[in-house]
Amino acid sequence: MRIRAQVAMVMNLDKCIGCHTCSVTCKQTWTNREGTEYVWFNNVETKPGIGYPKHYEDQERWKGGWKLDGKGRLVLRSGGRLSRLGKIFANPDLPTIDDYYEPATFDKDILVSAPGGLTDTPVKKPWSKLTGEPMSIEWGANWEDSLGGDTMDQDPNLRGLADKVKFEFEKTFMFHLPRICEHCLNPACVSACPSGAMYKREEDGIVLVDQDRCRGWRMCVSACPYKKVYVNHATGKAEKCTFCFPRIEAGQPTICSETCVGRLRYLGILWYDEDAVLAAATVPEEELLDAQRGVFLDPFDPAVQQAARDAGHPEEWIEAAMASPVWKLISEYRIALPLHPEYRTLPMVWYVPPLSPVLDAAGAAGRDDTDADDIFHTIEDLRIPVEYLASLFTAGDTAVAGGVLMKLAAMRAYMRARTLDGTVANELLDGIGMTAGQVEAMYRLLAIAKYDERYVIPAAHAKTAAALEDLGGCSLDGEGGPGMGGGPVPVILSTRRP
Amino acid sequence: MSTLVWIVVPYFCIGVFIGGHIWRWRHDQFGWTTHTSQILENRLLRLGSPLFHLGAFGVIGGHAMGLLVPASLTEAVGVSEHTYHLVSVTGGVATGVMLVAGLSLLIARRFVSGRIRRVTTTMDKVLYAALAAMVALGMSGTVVINLFGEGYDYRETLAVWFRQIFYLQPDPSLMADAPLVFQLHAIGGFLFLAMWPFTRLVHVWSAPLAYLWRPYVVYRGRRGPAPAPQPAPSAVRTVSAARPSGRPSVRPAVQPSDQPDRPTVKA
Repeated sequence: MRIRAQVAMVMNLDKCIGCHTCSVTCKQTWTNREGTEYVWFNNVETKPGIGYPKHYEDQERWKGGWKLDGKGRLVLRSGGRLSRLGKIFANPDLPTIDDYYEPATFDKDILVSAPGGLTDTPVKKPWSKLTGEPMSIEWGANWEDSLGGDTMDQDPNLRGLADKVKFEFEKTFMFHLPRICEHCLNPACVSACPSGAMYKREEDGIVLVDQDRCRGWRMCVSACPYKKVYVNHATGKAEKCTFCFPRIEAGQPTICSETCVGRLRYLGILWYDEDAVLAAATVPEEELLDAQRGVFLDPFDPAVQQAARDAGHPEEWIEAAMASPVWKLISEYRIALPLHPEYRTLPMVWYVPPLSPVLDAAGAAGRDDTDADDIFHTIEDLRIPVEYLASLFTAGDTAVAGGVLMKLAAMRAYMRARTLDGTVANELLDGIGMTAGQVEAMYRLLAIAKYDERYVIPAAHAKTAAALEDLGGCSLDGEGGPGMGGGPVPVILSTRRP
Repeated sequence: MSTLVWIVVPYFCIGVFIGGHIWRWRHDQFGWTTHTSQILENRLLRLGSPLFHLGAFGVIGGHAMGLLVPASLTEAVGVSEHTYHLVSVTGGVATGVMLVAGLSLLIARRFVSGRIRRVTTTMDKVLYAALAAMVALGMSGTVVINLFGEGYDYRETLAVWFRQIFYLQPDPSLMADAPLVFQLHAIGGFLFLAMWPFTRLVHVWSAPLAYLWRPYVVYRGRRGPAPAPQPAPSAVRTVSAARPSGRPSVRPAVQPSDQPDRPTVKA
C-alpha cells in the first residue's frame, strides 16, 4: 500500500442555480489573458445538452479517456505510445476552436461616441478576438443555458433514450452541471503527454502542466475525456484548472468554491492507495464505482492513520481527513457519484445527483412532490430522469442512481415530518438503511453546513515548510537551480501577436 | 573572399547554432514549443503538416547520406555511381515533392486563414521565407541540374568540403567551381542553421522519444517551499467580530512577497 492524499471536491447539484459566478470568478483569476479567451477552467452547462466544448462526452468522436482492449488491459482510447507519436504532426482527435466558440469583444465605445440626434439607437457590434474582424456570434460557452440552445436532443447521454424523452418544454427536465478539471487518480491527459510535462502532485494529487516543459504537442487536450485541458494559442502551451493550488496550499478553498452562491461545493482530502489505482480502473464497467470507492482509505482506521504518519503526513492532515465532508458524502452516506466513471480516469470531483428532475417528473405526472411514497414511485416508474442521471454518474446503473435519489427523497421526507409534525419516520430510515443520526448529519451537511464544515483544507504544509527552513534555505536554490535565486532569468523570445 | 564565404561563415554559423541553443535552453524554456495552431485551423494542417514533416525527414536523411558518406565508401561496398545517382535523384525528388507540397500548404494556411495570419510572428515569416528559399534552391539543384541538366557530382567537391569543416581543415577551392545553385544552397544551409535556435524549430530537439518507455502517470513533488499557512476563516471571523469598528470578515490578502517563486508551475 502506498498512501497518498488527494484534495477532492463534491458538488451538490440540487443547489446549483446556474448563476455562473464560479465560472466568472475563475475566469477573472486564471484565464483573462490573451490566448485563453475561449478557456473556462470552470464552466456551468445545462443538462440535457451537448456541453462545452460541443459533444465533449462523445468519446467515439474525441477518443478521450481509457478503455479495456480485447485482452482486458487498460489502454488509452486514442491509442498506444507509438500510434500517438505517429499522430504528432496532426492530431486527428483535436477539437478546433469552433468546437468551443469564437471569442468576441464589442465596440462599446460607439454607445458613448455616437453623434446625438440619431433616430436609431447605436448598437455595439461583436468583433472576433481571433481575427480582429467583425463577426456574428453563433455559439458560446453557455449557449444552451437553461435549454435555450435547442440542442438537448443531441446530448450523447440520451443515446437510446432520446425517443422516450419528451422534449416539450413543460414536460422536460433540466439541471445545471458545473464542471472543473477532475484531477483524476488515473489521468488520461498526464498519460498522453509526450513530453512528460503534465504531472500529478505527490502532496495533494492536483494535476498540473509544467509550463516550462510543455512543448505544445496538444495530446492532453484530446486525451482528456472531460476536455478540461486547453491550448493557449498565444503561448502554444497547454493550460488547465489548477485547483487553485496557491489557495489550497494556504488552506483556502478554490475560488469557484469560495464564491459559490449556492454553497454547493465541498472540499476536503481523501487518503487513497496509489498501488490500487490501476486495478480499480481495469474492472468491468458495472464495478467501476465500487472499485473507485475501494481505492479510498478509511481516515478513521488506525492502520490507515499510522500508514499516513509513516509516509510523513503531518498530524493536521490526519485530522483533516477525518473531518473531510468529501469522505462523508462519497463513502459514508454514499450519495456522491463520479461524473462518467466509464471513462476509467477515476475522477476526483464527485456530484450529489439532483433530485429536481424526479420532482419535476412527479409533478408532471400529477403526483405530490412532497410525498415520499409518490417520489419513490416516480423514481421507480418514470425511468427517464433516472436513466439519464445514471448515464452521467453511474455508467448506466439505474439501481445505484435510483438508490441515491431514494436517500435524498427519504431525507427530505424524514426532516419534513420531524420539523412540521415532530414525528420520527422510522420506516423511511429502514428503507434507505441509515440511522436517524446519520440522516440528520447528512441533512445538516447538505443544507446548512457552514464555511468551515464545507471546506476542510488542512492548514497548508506548515510542517513541511518549517522543515525546509531548518535545512537553511531551499536546497534547490543553487546556481542554475529551479529555486528562487541563482537560476537564469526567463525571457520570452517570441511573443505572439502585436 | 572565398576564405570568408567558405570558411569563416560556416564556422560562425555553427557557433551561433550551438551558442544560440545553449542560450535559448537556459533562458527561454517557456518559449520552447511547437507553437501549435491546429486548434485555430485544422483542415489545411491535417494534410500539410504530416507531408511537410515526413518530407523533411526524408530530405534530412538524404542530406546525411549525400554529405556524410564518402563516395569511396559507397564504391567500396559495390554501389555503382549510376545506382547511387538513381537512388539519390528519385529519393530526393520524392521527399522533395512531399516537402514542397507540405510547405506550400502550411504557407498557404498562413495567408488563407485570418486566425492564423494574426498569430504569425515576424520570426515565423522569416522562417517560412528561409525554408522556402532553401527548398527552392535544393530542388532546383536536384531537378534542374541533376535530373534534367548535365548533372553535378557534389560528392567529389561539396560533400568533401562539408566534411572537412568538421576536420577543421576546409579547402575553399573545392567550392569555387560549383554551380551557383549549389553554392547558394550550401551557404544558405549554414545561415539557416544559424537562424535555427531563434525560431520554433527548436521543438525538433524535444522530439518526445522518451514517451515510449516512461510510466504513463507522472508524479512529482512540489518544488520550493510551501507558503505560510493563512489563518483559518473562523479565527479571522472571531478577530474581526471583536474589533470595535466591526468590519466583517475581510480575510488578509496574500501579499505578493509571501508567495514563493515557483518557476516550474506557471499556469
